[in-house]
Amino acid sequence: MSKDIRLLQGNESCSLGAIYAGCNFFGGYPITPSTEIAEEMALMLPREGGRFIQMEDEIAGIATVLGAAAAGAKAMTATSGPGFSLMMELLGYGCMAEIPCVIVNVQRGGPSTGLPTKGAQADVMQARWGTHGDHPTIALCPSSVEESFKLTVRAFNLAEKFRMPVILLLDEFIGHMREKMEIPGPGEMEIYNHPQPTCQPAAYLHYGDGSSVGGAYASLGSGYRFNITGLTHDQHGFPTGRADEIQWKMDRLRAKVEDHLAELIEVDQEFMDDAEIAVFSYGGAARTAQQAVREARAKGIKAGLVRPITLWPFPNQALAEVLRKVKTMIVAEISQGQLLGEVQRVNQFHTKVVPVQRYDGEMLTPTEVVNAIVEAAK
Amino acid sequence: MKERYEIRLSGSGGQGMITAGIILAEAAGVYDGKNVIQSQSYGPEARGGASKAEVIISDKEIFYPKATAIDILLAMTQEAWGKYSGDLKPDAVAIVDSWYVKEVDRPGVISLPFSQKAREEVGLEIIANVIALAAISQITGVVSPESLEKSLMSRIPKGTEEKNRKAREIGFALGREARK
Repeated sequence: MSKDIRLLQGNESCSLGAIYAGCNFFGGYPITPSTEIAEEMALMLPREGGRFIQMEDEIAGIATVLGAAAAGAKAMTATSGPGFSLMMELLGYGCMAEIPCVIVNVQRGGPSTGLPTKGAQADVMQARWGTHGDHPTIALCPSSVEESFKLTVRAFNLAEKFRMPVILLLDEFIGHMREKMEIPGPGEMEIYNHPQPTCQPAAYLHYGDGSSVGGAYASLGSGYRFNITGLTHDQHGFPTGRADEIQWKMDRLRAKVEDHLAELIEVDQEFMDDAEIAVFSYGGAARTAQQAVREARAKGIKAGLVRPITLWPFPNQALAEVLRKVKTMIVAEISQGQLLGEVQRVNQFHTKVVPVQRYDGEMLTPTEVVNAIVEAAK
Repeated sequence: MKERYEIRLSGSGGQGMITAGIILAEAAGVYDGKNVIQSQSYGPEARGGASKAEVIISDKEIFYPKATAIDILLAMTQEAWGKYSGDLKPDAVAIVDSWYVKEVDRPGVISLPFSQKAREEVGLEIIANVIALAAISQITGVVSPESLEKSLMSRIPKGTEEKNRKAREIGFALGREARK
């Protein structure tokens, strides 16, 4: 069979990745710079036997996604900053009720309506803490068109396995950029679907022991009975005020991510074996950093790149290991310092941490990052 | 052929610069087998406002997706010329639309009647982007005519094949003439 090589936008490859992963429901409200994802899903889903619903706003959009997912669909929505803000309440509902789904946020400049057609990376903290209360977060950050496809597949796999909303944190730079990629053939990438319960319906506990990560859980309408609520609940899903049950539920949510860090965290490193200066950068900004470390190497400076692919949970350990051995860590981002704050939190080693930031709607240029590397090397 | 080309196609929103960028990138990337990246910049409005598409074509891996030193510039409006001609390389090929770009502050700029030919010979001004793209391929050799043909035909709306073929032929002829 001949290879399927296509020129695609990051947004288009995200949609194709969703279909590849078995997504059969999209509910949402189109918004720049994520609109192409909705457009592609509206074209593809009916052909694939799925459903696409455009709702009146993003709140209703994520509500349909949670409902469809609770009923057994593999569901997603896609939005940008203003819509992501509207989705925050129900994102928390998805965490609490443990509903698997994928939420794509193609970041644009903010706050508020901000810069519809221009990119940013300033929703890092919103992705982590935008919804209230202690809760687990998984956020993946593609740096290329191909990675947008592959991380969308991974986002669905993780949602199914960890039974929670997973955020694909794209940015306009990658979402609207076109590169060529080879579409994986059927079976080339693993697709995870959660197991269904096999017990007698009367014995089924929707939030029973072992059903949190990799376990079986039922869909609404499957014959297994359970309750879904945003209230803190017991193993059946009914609201509880008992301290032991509240503690159990909150520990269960935390353990989802904290007990599986090695499986969840992916970090790409380039030229780090002998690096004295490292650049920490993700998504679109990492493309600038990739170019910059090569230009610095060409000048004879030992520079390397640390690129988080998983942004949440934050790669504390991998970052700490780098901070321990390098002289300077440059944090390159399209934000006023959301990534910087996390690096400073992890830095217990008196390593110099230098920000390189831009927040005028444009990408960082390689020259801006190279200048910071050259300065650090003096 | 150079190892790396940075190309900027600029004009007004609605003139099809982004479409032209996609057709060029697909031709060079998918059909000529080069490494390519296409990116764009546009305003929130659907029509009007300066708009640009950038394409980088290289034999090597491309990391930073934006153009910084332009090898080939197309400017379809005076505003686009003013806004986007500042970072041309000394040996850059600059091509402008003779109808909309009247003043250029640089020697050796190639001025061709893309919009005029589109209107008068095809009866469809928005097809000026295809005429320009065909001319660029002839003048610079940045993409092969066969690949441009394949990419063009896969990206245009059904029922417009004849008009697009005609536009391409006009562009090839303009390009051949300009190269002399």
